[in-house]
Amino acid sequence: MIDAPWLSILIFLPAAGAALLVASRSGLSGANPGFDRGVKIMSLVVTIATFIISLIVLAGFDPSSAGYQFIERTPWAFGVDYHLGVDGLSLALIVLTTALMPLCILASWTIEKQVASYMTLFLLLETLMIGVFAALDLVVFYIFFEGGLIPMFILIGVWGGARRVYAAFKFFLYTLLGSVLMLVAIVAMILIAGTTSIPDLAAYSFDPAVQLWLWLAFFASFAVKMPMWPVHTWLPDAHVEAPTAASVILAAILLKMGGYGFLRFSLPMFPDASVYFTPLVFALSVVAIVYASLVAFRQTDIKKLIAYSSVAHMGFVTMGIFAGNAQGVQGAIFQMISHGVISAALFLCVGVVYDRMHTREIAFYGGLVNRMPVYAAVFMLFTLGNVGLPGLSGFPGEILTMVGAFSVNAWVAAGACLGMILSAVYGLTLYRKVAFGVIENPKLAAITDLNGREWVIFTPLIIAALVLGLAPGVALDFTRASSDAIVAGYQAVRGAAP
Amino acid sequence: MIALDQPFLWNVHWAAPELILAGFALGAVVIGAWGKDKAAGFLSGLGAIAFATAGVLAFLWSPELPQYLFNGALVVDGFSGLAKAMLGLSAAATLLIGADYFAATRQARFEFPIMTGLAALGMFVMVSANDLITLYVGLELQSLAAYVMAAWRRDDVRSSEAGIKYFVLGAIASGLLLFGASYIYGFTGSVRFDAIAAAAPTSEVGLLFGLVLVICALAFKMSAAPFHMWTPDVYEGAPTPVTAFFAAAPKLAAIALLARVLYAPFDGLTEQWRQVIFALSALSMTIGSIAALMQTNLKRLMAYSSVANVGFALMALAAGGQQGAATAIVYMAIYLPTTIGIFALVLALRRGGLHVETIDDLAGLGARHPFAAALFTILLFSIAGIPPLAGFFGKLIVFRAAVDAGAVWLAVVGAICAVIAAAYYLRVLSAIWFKPPAEPVQQAGGAALATAAVASALIFPILVIGLGTLERWATLAASTSF
Repeated sequence: MIDAPWLSILIFLPAAGAALLVASRSGLSGANPGFDRGVKIMSLVVTIATFIISLIVLAGFDPSSAGYQFIERTPWAFGVDYHLGVDGLSLALIVLTTALMPLCILASWTIEKQVASYMTLFLLLETLMIGVFAALDLVVFYIFFEGGLIPMFILIGVWGGARRVYAAFKFFLYTLLGSVLMLVAIVAMILIAGTTSIPDLAAYSFDPAVQLWLWLAFFASFAVKMPMWPVHTWLPDAHVEAPTAASVILAAILLKMGGYGFLRFSLPMFPDASVYFTPLVFALSVVAIVYASLVAFRQTDIKKLIAYSSVAHMGFVTMGIFAGNAQGVQGAIFQMISHGVISAALFLCVGVVYDRMHTREIAFYGGLVNRMPVYAAVFMLFTLGNVGLPGLSGFPGEILTMVGAFSVNAWVAAGACLGMILSAVYGLTLYRKVAFGVIENPKLAAITDLNGREWVIFTPLIIAALVLGLAPGVALDFTRASSDAIVAGYQAVRGAAP
Repeated sequence: MIALDQPFLWNVHWAAPELILAGFALGAVVIGAWGKDKAAGFLSGLGAIAFATAGVLAFLWSPELPQYLFNGALVVDGFSGLAKAMLGLSAAATLLIGADYFAATRQARFEFPIMTGLAALGMFVMVSANDLITLYVGLELQSLAAYVMAAWRRDDVRSSEAGIKYFVLGAIASGLLLFGASYIYGFTGSVRFDAIAAAAPTSEVGLLFGLVLVICALAFKMSAAPFHMWTPDVYEGAPTPVTAFFAAAPKLAAIALLARVLYAPFDGLTEQWRQVIFALSALSMTIGSIAALMQTNLKRLMAYSSVANVGFALMALAAGGQQGAATAIVYMAIYLPTTIGIFALVLALRRGGLHVETIDDLAGLGARHPFAAALFTILLFSIAGIPPLAGFFGKLIVFRAAVDAGAVWLAVVGAICAVIAAAYYLRVLSAIWFKPPAEPVQQAGGAALATAAVASALIFPILVIGLGTLERWATLAASTSF
């Protein structure tokens, strides 16, 4: 293992690629198909290189240790250090990010409008996302966390659907409102604890009365990002209007930042407040699971349906996290990774038919299995994964979070169970309407099955869904040490609490 | 303590930056009288060099210990040096980005660099003021030059109106200032800051009355709410380069002056004046953010944005002491290039041969000129306080100052205002990126565009990486000065 600042390279490689794109763009104006193709290929190369570097980090990582690894630390300004490091939890999410990015670039191959700007923003987004998971300094974390809004705002607003401007504003302002409250809390924490280092803050005991306020401020940010009911309403709009690849990133990575935040900040730093607010989170989680599932059932837009299903699945994550035991937290982490794969694949499935027909209306489709058998099979696989069929990656996460919640509060687990049934209802209904039956819409008569590029996109996702479903230990063992550390710290406080 | 037994001009060399500015202004009058408006271009270039030199000189050559000049009328120290560097560079940038505008609108007159120079001189004196008389002289020199600059387009009704409005309201503010100063003098028996400081804690009520009046007058000059009413009209009416100048340098000068007035002579009354500053800050942020939502004119929008930003800077001042001064100066160091950059872009873009004026004029910029659009994006997100751009660090440190001063509520107000403010910056970005163009935007004004590019580079990444250096300078300057 060569000694190099691997995390910095990992973070800033995509940004360097983006800078290169900007540099090569200058001097050119107007449409230039040859140049656009070059831009796409270059972006693909950059994202694949980033993925390879993340594999290098993965290879050098020791999953048996709960501590942070690949630590980099340099003083910066205002008492803030440029401080990076990964543990099992963050590295798993980083690899998920870097693995999905090349697929997103491939899925964006059909983009023709302002290609260079699009790819630049995507690469910047990758930098910011990796940075969120690698940051070990509170302020650095916030910078990456919040910075992701900029490229996403423009991506939704320029390349999105009909109501894209509305969706972009809603996404940005909702998330920002949550985040600035967190910023005030961060400032307060810096002044109270005198440090911005995340490991030091996790070891610091805040006064329980102060914890309540800090917890609420962080909750405001993460709950919006997650998104939890009732602050989830930005998500369906953003998902529906965003271009396919942005939807994929939004569902697979950006939503995970909320769960990551709960695990990294709320539980370790404000354990007393977390205990105090657990009933609130449970209630919101169950409402999210049941309510979002019911709403999903009534959707007429495929993407919106999947968006609501994301809200429901994130409910399992928050439920598992705040169950605060080994099963719950491990299940939540697993569910995040699995949802990253499955929701990404589902949005890509929508993208496949949207690219061909330019509509996402469920009623428009029907009988696709006749013309697109391979697509129908792929779509089936991921729908079942979303439903939580054993053998696919959706199942272990849901069952673990429910086991975790059951040992804390049986009613919550019962509610979540209901949600699992409902997910089968809306998932399979969607599938029936889109894929089964005979083709009644004449416009579908000429629709073609998956092409080579789409095969390349889906194959890794299929493998991931199957591997995670059949051998969940691959991911669970990897994140066990860090999740155990979080649970141990939390339970020490919970045991002591009255 | 000030050495009164020294010969009168024994340390006048510390005033070299001021002398450069005064020399330039007087010399330029001669050159202008001889060369008429044909000399405008030359004088602009010369002025830009002179202003930048004066500013950089003031910074590089700032004394380790405060130096008192003219029997204690002026003080030269690290704080004034840092402030003057920013003032000089902003004034120079004004001339650079304005040259093309004035040429295009046939307004290029040789008096413009002279007026800018006099305004800059006034501001240099303001940040170095060490007694109430100097304070007033500096402020008036700056203001009188600014009134003329606001009314620069004599044939334009809006510009003339801006000048008159600015002058009348500014005169009232000056009256308030003198009235307040007379109270302070009456109750302490001195106009010098150190003598006031020595006398301050003994005689409170009348002194506070005077102090509040002085604060109000300065709040007017920096357009803090509720003394901001003139700002949108003057910003809209004045020629755009002048607006850029107003939005940047005088704010810093007034903030630095306020810091000097509050910290040096009235340190003992911190608990009292802090309440006033809290109120000004909260009002400015709220009004600046909410009123801007309704604007369609870019200059009016930036006017309210400057009101909101002054509110944030005041939040920093409220912390008091060295930390307050350092925070305020870092905040302004980030704000200045951002706002100048935005105005530079506004100046660099045309639609149908005319300078862009409304938000909708920017429609379609992203598709046609991605580079200019990217610069706009960086600058606007920075002023909105979104990381990883420098504006975020400004917000971060003023929140820290507020929480440190025990005003968590003010930080929360600021945070919410930041979200509201983001909404209107997003409206501009939405026009740039999301709207299709009605007719194409043209890019013109190479110098303005270059200035915007430099400003963007300052905002990101230079300033972000160099934040540690900036912080060190500001802390050092504040610690040797207060």
